[in-house]
Amino acid sequence: MRNILTICRKEIRAYFASPIAYLLMALFGLIFGFFFYSATAYFVLEGTRQQMMGQGGAMSVNEFVIAPLFGNASVVGLFLIPLISMRLFAEEKRTGTIELLMTSPIHDWEIVLGKWLGAMTMYICMLAIAALNILLLFAWGSPDWRPVLTGFLGLLLQGGCVLAIGTFISTTTKNQIIAGAATFSICLLLWVLSWVSSYNEAGWAQAVAYCSILTHFEPFSKGIVDTKDLIFYCSAIFLGLFLSVRSLESLRWRA
Amino acid sequence: MIKVEGLTKRYARHVAVKNISFEVGKGEIVGFLGKNGAGKTTTMRVLTCFLPPTAGKATVAGFDVIEQSFDVKKNIGYLPETPPLYPEMEIDTYLTFVAKLKNLPSADIQKRVDEVCDRTGIADVKHKIIGKLSKGYRQRVGIAQAIIHNPPVLILDEPTSGLDPEQQQQARQLIASLSGDHTIILSTHILSEVEQSCSNVIIINNGEIVAVDSVANLHRRGRSTEVVSIEVAGADSLAVRQKLEEVAGVARVVSKDSRDGTVGFEVEGMENFFVRPDLARAVVNSGWNLVELRALGESLEEIFLELTKSEKKTAPAAEGAEGASVTQ
Repeated sequence: MRNILTICRKEIRAYFASPIAYLLMALFGLIFGFFFYSATAYFVLEGTRQQMMGQGGAMSVNEFVIAPLFGNASVVGLFLIPLISMRLFAEEKRTGTIELLMTSPIHDWEIVLGKWLGAMTMYICMLAIAALNILLLFAWGSPDWRPVLTGFLGLLLQGGCVLAIGTFISTTTKNQIIAGAATFSICLLLWVLSWVSSYNEAGWAQAVAYCSILTHFEPFSKGIVDTKDLIFYCSAIFLGLFLSVRSLESLRWRA
Repeated sequence: MIKVEGLTKRYARHVAVKNISFEVGKGEIVGFLGKNGAGKTTTMRVLTCFLPPTAGKATVAGFDVIEQSFDVKKNIGYLPETPPLYPEMEIDTYLTFVAKLKNLPSADIQKRVDEVCDRTGIADVKHKIIGKLSKGYRQRVGIAQAIIHNPPVLILDEPTSGLDPEQQQQARQLIASLSGDHTIILSTHILSEVEQSCSNVIIINNGEIVAVDSVANLHRRGRSTEVVSIEVAGADSLAVRQKLEEVAGVARVVSKDSRDGTVGFEVEGMENFFVRPDLARAVVNSGWNLVELRALGESLEEIFLELTKSEKKTAPAAEGAEGASVTQ
């Protein structure tokens, strides 16, 4: 446990000692802020219009602002998360510091888990900016807070899943660009897998669509926590980390 | 402390280390000597459990590098060829990080970090960011991280490479000062380094050991007779030569370069004769000025070149094995 925390703390320090952390947070803040502004502006405009026409009851902030925002955040996450994970092992392999880690009395899985947790912390800092935006809604409105929590849980799980895949890819190369590009491509592919089911009803198409990381996110953004989605994300995270440990181990044997 | 038996390491296309065996006793400093690509780094990586051997057995501090790698790792300090430093960290945070990695109890860490900083002479810069340090300081931080947990065995891969002569001297002194408490293997291709800091030498060439011996023995190995260089001023070359040849026990006198007033000779003695005092007396009694009188040992350089050369003749097939010790 102590070893994991040691590695994790080192990773967090590495993010915040370099411009990476601030750049990612700024970019995410900018993009998410724009989405937030658009969503609320549209909501206000539409709300006023409906009132003037004397139509229907109150519109739900959760349904019209928060749920779409989470959807947007998860997509932005897909683009930015590879930037978090790409350096995890690729950098250590390039600079040779991997020799220090692998000749220290510490298990491979502790290294992998520590690094993944460090990356998760970085990701959570990014999400904190999204949370700041959403808090504003509570100041001027009274949205239901439960879907907000499940939404963030969904973002965490999805991010953890992409980070785990990114961690694995980062162990396979010493080039950060390759690690980042490969992670991004694979995540993009995992995202659009869901399209298969829209033009094909066959069993295999359903199975392929099931592997899409985005379809599992939608229920979370609407406030639904389904065990099948939880299991999907947790097993994907486990798989990613397991592959990372194996890949790290194989560095010794493949040399 | 370190025992290697029949160790072989094969990479995909070539064999980096072929069936080598050696032993290092407690408290010894052993120089691991060889040209670039001879297999030094590979051997060290096997000893530090970074790479598994293809065949053979290696034990460090009584633990097997494959079966008990965790115990081996606890007992070694390792400085790889490029010091494993994180450029964005400050020296003391870095050393604290390494201390935690090596499982030092939290309460001791601060004290230990200060100790190694003092010992390696980086105490005055310990709040600096590693990325801004000069090469010499980086190397010292590298040594500091290797000794932070006070391991019984130290494995240093080219600890003085890339340093200027003064820094090399300091690094050597530092290593020599560590010798009391640690068993040290250091690799190098600089021969004078081995002469200065090591008690024993392992010479490796093309993945095979060509000599394991003490430095003194290696020096003696080359010649069994005494060879003396002598320089005399204010005399005629022929006369001096004649005089020297008359000294008892002298087998051969060879003229060397003569320049502005001095004449030089190389005198070879017969076996079991100690000719230096007699030579000096002969020169002085003849009324000449003795400028220099020096015993010539065969330099380690020559011995090394000779050993690695003859090895090449007997094993020409091994020539393709250059450029070993590279990870994927």
